[in-house]
Order: sequence, then structure tokens, then C-alpha cells
Amino acid sequence: MSGVRRMSPSRLLPPLLLALALLGAWELYADLGTTSSFVLPAPHAVASALWENAGFIVANLGPTAEEVGLGILLALALGFALAVAVHLSSPLRRAVYPLAVGSQAIPVAVIAPLLVFWWGFGVLPKLVVIVLICFFPVLVTTVDGLRAIEGEQLKLLRTLDASRWQAFRFAELPAALPAALSGARIALAVGVIGAYIAESQTATSGVHAGLGHEINADLTALQTPRAYAAAFVLFALAIACFYALSLAERVLAPWAHPTRGDTT
Amino acid sequence: MATELQPRIKRPLGGAQQSREPTAVADHAIELGAVERTFMDRRGVRVPALAGISLKVARGELLAVVGPSGCGKTTLLELICGLQAPDAGVLESEPAVLMPQRDLLLPWLDALDNASLALRIGHVPRAQARERAASLFAELGLKGFERAHPSELSGGMRQRVAFVRTLLSGKPVLCLDEPFGALDAITRAEMQDWLVRALASTPRTVVLVTHDVEEAVLLADRVLVLSPRPGRVAGEIDVALPRPRGRTEAAIVALRERALGLLTGAAA
Repeated sequence: MSGVRRMSPSRLLPPLLLALALLGAWELYADLGTTSSFVLPAPHAVASALWENAGFIVANLGPTAEEVGLGILLALALGFALAVAVHLSSPLRRAVYPLAVGSQAIPVAVIAPLLVFWWGFGVLPKLVVIVLICFFPVLVTTVDGLRAIEGEQLKLLRTLDASRWQAFRFAELPAALPAALSGARIALAVGVIGAYIAESQTATSGVHAGLGHEINADLTALQTPRAYAAAFVLFALAIACFYALSLAERVLAPWAHPTRGDTT
Repeated sequence: MATELQPRIKRPLGGAQQSREPTAVADHAIELGAVERTFMDRRGVRVPALAGISLKVARGELLAVVGPSGCGKTTLLELICGLQAPDAGVLESEPAVLMPQRDLLLPWLDALDNASLALRIGHVPRAQARERAASLFAELGLKGFERAHPSELSGGMRQRVAFVRTLLSGKPVLCLDEPFGALDAITRAEMQDWLVRALASTPRTVVLVTHDVEEAVLLADRVLVLSPRPGRVAGEIDVALPRPRGRTEAAIVALRERALGLLTGAAA
């Protein structure tokens, strides 16, 4: 029942082939010369930009990775807490749910000046933006997870004299855990773009202000290959975080992934 | 949907829920007088489930309830367990625990944790609760599966774990809702033998709902036959036969036919 599966060549081959095919098509299209390298740099140009600016990009990855990591954890905590509150109290659900949905439509640019006014140029306003974008999928999947416990199960717990809290602790909470982690995986995919939006909308002091900041600066300075290289790093960051969370889910909630007979 | 977890009715006899001290009148663990229960369907039409059921179950008696589908058997058990309140009539029962049709084991707990759930709810420390469940596992042929999760157990084993969970609630009345309905014929026969032995060693008052007339006469002291919806008592059969009983014994076969006769008579 170990949660980790071996990375066999047959499992790695399909994603590698697809990535190579897409890269090949991109390279061919860029080499045709119908677009300029300012608009679409070829993959080899992006790769060399990445190689030459590795130190610079890694230095900017630091703050961005911190924002994404902390932001997701905070969003997970907030989404989970809100889901539990909303699950336990239907007046609260009626009050909170419409606001939570509506919050997803607020353009960050509208509130960015206020966030900077309150919290300045540091990491805090960026975290707020990421949490605002990311808590929602966690909230929705966790509420569904909490509700997945059937009425029959709750009746059974009642005849065993379980209190409301005990029914929550023994049945609803464990049932919601894998759901919350699925929500976190969705949140992660939007969390990386959330960090970009946060960095674009809130000013930052300091030399290395994050990849989002760097991408915007590079695009303005027509350093398109380096912007692409930084975007590639964001792309890789999202994939790495996604699989880290999948792994965490297998370890924390193994019952949600019963071992199948064949894993090849 | 916030589900209530506290029983909605105050049962006169279940007042001290945890108390094993019998408070029922005379020797009866359960007493129903003209109990009625009606549900509303989606369109707001009243659907009577039980219409005037009167019934007494003696302490230590095993009462089987048979009846056609939808005659309110499950409703009857939920009333006795205090999960529903009657719309009319009187209902008194010693504290009762429900074993639902499906085992409803929690997939994130292993067999011992599932079986000892009632003890954990009663604030018994985990190690001690597991120990008490483990002592029953040997008797039930579950030895070696203490740490198995529900997905790793067969249907019969899951049902046995669910039964240990029911027994360990410590309540004097067990309400079993078609506990063997989903099992294959061989496993069902084993489980029936096993239930008889388990009750011989720790006697309880049992209400066994089943749609299997043969199971009813094999296991019960008395068989109550309900009519189709709304459920009424269509007949009663006393099974005054020694245990263990064989399903081919002439007396058992005769009683089975009598019960079937009552059932089909009630349905006509």
C-alpha cells in the first residue's frame, strides 16, 4: 500500500513524446519566419536565454515560489475553515456562499491599490491576492466532500450515541480530506497565475521581485526569449507543485486511492 | 443539510441512554401501542408507512419481522432506535442500536477501529477499545484481519465487523436490518449459525428485519408478519423449537410454509 509508484519508462514515455512533438511543432513554426522573434521566440532561443540567465531567473523564482507555496497553504486553511463553517451552519452557508462566488469576479486591479496601502510593498499583499484566487476551489470541493457522508452513515453514528462533533471527527472530516486536497490541486494550477497577477498588480521594492515582475519587465524591454524562459519556469513550478500535492494526497488519504491490482 | 444527531424524541424508557439498567415495565424491552408513522412524498402527498402497530418484545427475545418490500420494516427499526418519532401511539424501548442493511464501515479506519467505534465515541482510549474489539475478533473468525481496511475484506467479513461494532455499543436492544441480505447463500448460512452462537454467549433483545421467511423461522423465537404498505401486523408465529435448528426439519418447514401463507394472505 505504498503511495509512491515507481517511475517506469513506459509511464514516462507518453508525456515525453507529447512534449517533444509540441516543441518540434513550435520550433518549425518559429523557424518559418512568419512571426518575429519578439512575438514568438523559437524553443532553442528560449533554452539559451534560460541557460544564460539561469542565476537571474532562479533569484526571481525565490520570491514567486514563496508566494505560491505560502499562498496555497493559506488558501487551503481558509478554504477548509470556511467549508467547515458553512457545512455546520446553514445560515452561514446562505450568507457566505454568494459572497465567495462573487469574490472570484473581482478584478485584482480594483483592490490592488488598497492592498498596497494597507500592507506596503512586501509579500503580504501578494499573498492576499493568491489566497483570494485560490481559496474558492478548496471551499467548493471541501463542502462537497463534507456532504458526501450519507444520511444513513449519520443515522448509524447517532445510534452509537455520537455527538455532532464526534460525527464530524470520525466521519465527515476524514471524508473531506481528499476532497480538500483535490481542491488544492485545482487551486495550485490557478495559484501560479495568481502569483503573476499579484506581482503585476502590486509594486515591489527590491532587486529580485519575482518571475511575474520580471516577465512584465522583459516584455516591455522586448527581451521576449527571457520572458519565455521565465514563463517556462512558472510552467515547471506548477507541474512540480501539482505532483507534490498528489503525492501528499496518497500519503494522507490512502483510502481514496485503493491499490489496484495492476500498476504497470 | 444539517443532520440532527440528537434523538428527536424523548423516550420515556431511554431517558438514561447509556444505562443498561432496565426500566421497562414488566419484562418487556420494547413496547409499541398503536404506533403510526406517515411520510410526505415529494408532491406533499401523505404516504402512511405504519398503521397502528402494537407489539411487545420480551427482554432477551429474538423477534423476526418479515413483510413485503416497502411495508415499513426499516421505519419500525428506526422508531425503536429513536431515529424517528411516531406520529401517533406510544413507543417505549430500552436503548437500542441499529445495524443497517449496508455495513457502512468507514474506509479510513481499519477493522479494529471500525469495530470499536462505539467505544471510542464513549471516550474509551483507543488502545483499550481496540483490545476489547480484538477479543471478539477471534470468536468471529476475523483473526488476522485486525488491521485490514474495509476495501480488503470480503462482504461476509465486513458484515461481521459491523456486527462487532453493534455489539460493542453495549446497548441491550439490537435492531438488525436485513443483516445478511446482501450475502451469498453459503456465507449467509455461516453468519446465521454464528449469530445464534454469539447471542447464546451474550444474550440481547434482538429485532431482526428480513425478507427471508426461512431465515426468520430458523433464528427467531417469534416471527411477526407485516402486511404491505401501510404496515400492519398480519400475523404472528411462535417458534418454540430448540436451537440449533436445521432448515430441513419438518417443524421448520411447516412453520416456514405458515409464515409464507400469512405473507401471501396479507398481500392478497
